[in-house]
Amino acid sequence: MPSYDVMPNMELYQPARVEEALDIADRLAERGWLVGGGQDTYGWLKDRAKSAEALIDLSGIESLRGIRETADGIEIGALTTLTEIANNPLIQERYALLSDAAGVVASPQIRNIGTIGGNLSQDVRCWYYRRGLSCYRAGGNLCYADTPEGMNREHSLFETSRCVAASPSDTAPAVVALDATMVIRNVDGERTVSAEDYFVGPAVDIENTTVLRPGEILTAVRIPSTWANATFYFEKVADRNVWDFSLVNIAAAFQISGGTIQNSRIVAGAVQATPRRLTRVENAVRGQARTAATGESVAALAAEGARVLAHNGYKVPLLQNLVKRSLSA
Amino acid sequence: MTMHIGKDFTPPDVPGKVTGEIKYAEDHKREGMVFARILTSPMPSGRVVNIDTSAALRMDGVVGIITANDLPPVPPPGNPALASDYVTFVGQPILAVAAVTEEIAETALSRIRVDFERRNFVVDPLVSLSPGGATAYPEGNALVRTTEEGPEGAPIVGAQIQDIKWPRAAIDNLRAGREPADGKFTQEWAYGDIEAGFADSAVVVEEPFVTMGYPHHSLESRTCMAYWENGKCYFAGSSQSQSANDLGLARMLNIDPANLVFINEATGGGFGSKIGPYPYMAITGNLSRMLNRPVQTRITREQEFYIGSARSGMQGWIKVGVKANGKVAAVDLVIVNDAGANGGGSGNSSAQHVTVAYQPESMRFRGIEVYTNTTPRGAQRGPGQNEMASVLSPIMDKAARQLGMDRIAFRRVNAINSDGFQGGSRGPVTSAFVNEALDQGARLFGWQEKMNQPKRNGSKVRGVGVGIGFHGAGSRGYDGLVRIAPDGKVHIHSGVGNLGTYSYAATSRAAAEALQVPWENCEIHRGRTDEHLPHSSGQGGSNTIFTHSRANWVAAQDAIAKLKEIAAAELGGSADDYEIGGERVFRSSNPSQGLSYADAAQRAIAMGGKYSGMEYPDDINPITQRAVEGLQGTGLVGVARDNIPGQGTPPGIQVGFCEIELDLDTGKFKILDYAMVADCGTVVHPKNFENAMRGGAVWGVGLSTLERHVYDPQNGLPANVGLYQSKPPTYKDVALDTKIAAVNIPDPQNPVGGRGIGEPTQGASASALASAISDALDGHLFNTSPTTTDMIINHLAGNTYSSKTLKTNTF
Repeated sequence: MPSYDVMPNMELYQPARVEEALDIADRLAERGWLVGGGQDTYGWLKDRAKSAEALIDLSGIESLRGIRETADGIEIGALTTLTEIANNPLIQERYALLSDAAGVVASPQIRNIGTIGGNLSQDVRCWYYRRGLSCYRAGGNLCYADTPEGMNREHSLFETSRCVAASPSDTAPAVVALDATMVIRNVDGERTVSAEDYFVGPAVDIENTTVLRPGEILTAVRIPSTWANATFYFEKVADRNVWDFSLVNIAAAFQISGGTIQNSRIVAGAVQATPRRLTRVENAVRGQARTAATGESVAALAAEGARVLAHNGYKVPLLQNLVKRSLSA
Repeated sequence: MTMHIGKDFTPPDVPGKVTGEIKYAEDHKREGMVFARILTSPMPSGRVVNIDTSAALRMDGVVGIITANDLPPVPPPGNPALASDYVTFVGQPILAVAAVTEEIAETALSRIRVDFERRNFVVDPLVSLSPGGATAYPEGNALVRTTEEGPEGAPIVGAQIQDIKWPRAAIDNLRAGREPADGKFTQEWAYGDIEAGFADSAVVVEEPFVTMGYPHHSLESRTCMAYWENGKCYFAGSSQSQSANDLGLARMLNIDPANLVFINEATGGGFGSKIGPYPYMAITGNLSRMLNRPVQTRITREQEFYIGSARSGMQGWIKVGVKANGKVAAVDLVIVNDAGANGGGSGNSSAQHVTVAYQPESMRFRGIEVYTNTTPRGAQRGPGQNEMASVLSPIMDKAARQLGMDRIAFRRVNAINSDGFQGGSRGPVTSAFVNEALDQGARLFGWQEKMNQPKRNGSKVRGVGVGIGFHGAGSRGYDGLVRIAPDGKVHIHSGVGNLGTYSYAATSRAAAEALQVPWENCEIHRGRTDEHLPHSSGQGGSNTIFTHSRANWVAAQDAIAKLKEIAAAELGGSADDYEIGGERVFRSSNPSQGLSYADAAQRAIAMGGKYSGMEYPDDINPITQRAVEGLQGTGLVGVARDNIPGQGTPPGIQVGFCEIELDLDTGKFKILDYAMVADCGTVVHPKNFENAMRGGAVWGVGLSTLERHVYDPQNGLPANVGLYQSKPPTYKDVALDTKIAAVNIPDPQNPVGGRGIGEPTQGASASALASAISDALDGHLFNTSPTTTDMIINHLAGNTYSSKTLKTNTF
């Protein structure tokens, strides 16, 4: 087993316009690999755990950068860095849930180069999978983590169809909570998908974490005004306070009127391969005051249906506690 | 009033580190240099059956391949540079391929086919000790010392790998926190009567414990570059040490040490993993000779995990008996060490920590080091002592609580002083002032005030802890070498490595102090063998400050004696009539009558003999002899072996005090305050002392709460080969402001008063934090190091957590 760390020989395309990128992506299809900030990409490629014939570097496409106000909210270019999102006054003012989430991704250095598109579209975290083992997700026929002796402390509680890897993204639960829309383009045009539908679990597609298909590029994230200035709560619990993935995170948005919760979207991360909407909790808190007592009363609902592995049982109380905190903050 | 000791200065290599001008091993390039990359084992245990390199060798740009067949065989359980018959861990180097570019070399790796025969493997010592458990080597799981008859009938001490198994009941007992009766050990010592001690005790605490392996992750991986010229090997490596590499590396290259120039200007961390030459240096040096080209072998981050060695894990049991007055009367300690694929554990050092930190009236230690198919184990900052400190502190707190004693008062009763002892042999120490450190620290930290504060605030609870770190910190018998040039400048030749502690410079100040020379008129020679460097210790074990300030001091004293003799010869009278000062040697009764250092150096050259290094003492090491020979006739040479009388271990001791706020919802804690006081004799270089204290404190947080080895027992694969997976603490995980102080009482056995302190800084921090976490949770004992977020959440939720099984190398 060689231990690599230089880039493999591959073609490199550096388009300056999105149309060029779409043409290249269309032509190369499965043979091409889209790269934005590269913070997920380079690990895969340099480790030789995945490969592609050509790299399509999107970082030179200026039109994919930036945060724009629209008639119904904001649109964030997919190449906008996490630092830009964390520091953007408009997002901080109206959608602090997202700026809070973006501000705790990884480390300052990674946030300076990592993009929202990449953070949302990154692959799952499973050390077996990322080591290049031939597991279900890698096209094989077994899971190394879901065994009595598997080292699965960071793995999933829910929706574990053959694969128990968890989504590591901090921004993904936030965009689902904000009911964002993902803008996807290919050479034939544009389609939009709700954030909730953008992410796919292993039961639907075990080899991909999003609905993006070869030839398609995520160009923007649109956040509607529906949840602007709502009451937000984001919290990430990781072993380290910098440069670490969530053990569990929570992104919650509440519309509160007359002292009670009228509507909410509560989403947990790192508990399954996709952001998990806690709809039972959302339903239970409707009409309730946002108080510690409400939190206590509904916390158990968050973990209903959890299937605990050998080493990740702590995620159940942690998830429950984070739900409780989101309601009592 | 000192001139240099105890005062800040800027070590001469610092500007080069700021500008990037200084060269690390990877910065050394040479015309015609080729790049070697290593192919490592994909399996935890087996042997190489066949290697087919034909496709790789046919590639354009590939210039050669080295395998185990090109190097002398290393019998098990040695750590071969390249493995063949005994492949014992995932990531073990099998061969290296050299090519004109790194890319070609990496592509070539993928075209080499290695056929392995698999063997059984094991990643947990207790599993291997269990009836029917697999062994890391076909011959067994433990190195057992044997005494054999030598060829002429003289007894020689040998060792062999044997398969040691414990009865099932012994394994079960250890896991359940009871004495593993009938377990077999390979190390054992005892003093005093422990049964009587337990009988006299008012409180007896009995606990199991586990500490994980900790991989090394020095930011500079152990990249090497070598080339040969006129039969000499020029070898740029990454080491903690300088001269201490000479003999071992020359042996690896099968050359006379006189034909080795080891180059190591700066090192990006070692922490025990680079004390001496590591086996993989043999790959670069020998491949360069085979190819007759300069070769650089760059080690990747992942490979640094594999071959950089790791701290041994422990699975243990301890029984502590404490009298009503708080005095520890008896300790019974059992440690099963994870020895990895080779190397070993540090159980005896762990037991030594217990003796120094608590001075038990009686104690028994039993230990065994068990091989597993995980990375080789070696020294890592306070090996044995620091991980023991981390798990022991809360256990001792439990005893203090049961007695109703304040935890600092408990430690005061048991603190070591200058009449105290260390280790199973109860050897003396040079001096110790731990009660002074505890008192100073308690005031600095505000222990009593913090104890009186409310504990609970919403979901958060406060915890306050205290810990002690110790490491033997000094050695004797090395050589010093100084030279006064004809221009009067003092040249200090140092064989001390530059591992980032700047101790090469701090210890050089002892010579400047003795000679009373302004620092700007001193020049340190170091960093490559052909700078004429004396025999020096390896920069491990926190020893350098004690060891080499003494060696430089005696060399300076030799120079001073020669200055006086030269002055007497030139100006009349006897040497005793003269003294030094202001870079002159002058008559005590008439200071105007004297010689400048420059004049004296010129006279030394004219006089020859011992004065200019043409002759040298018989007792200096051959390495120093060669260094002196290289300087002959260039000035006044002061050279001597450290024969300063005295005995005992110079202890480096630190006490730490930690306050945390732990969130009961998330298991996360914030360090609110951390204060530390060192008992390390005179602080030689205050600025760097503080840096060492801070660095050790940071890593203590990693040791007790974040870092660990994780292996899958199903396939022997490691889960944390990268930096982010191994989780060293970040700046947001530690206390940003720390309170730092020293007792600063000189050690009587060092002319400048200093003892080392590097390693204990981590143990004090780790144990104080572990103590604070336990305190926050009403004295709960996790008995595991690290105690991670998930363990705390599980405890609070009433879940069982996996550390109860005493498994090491696991989550």
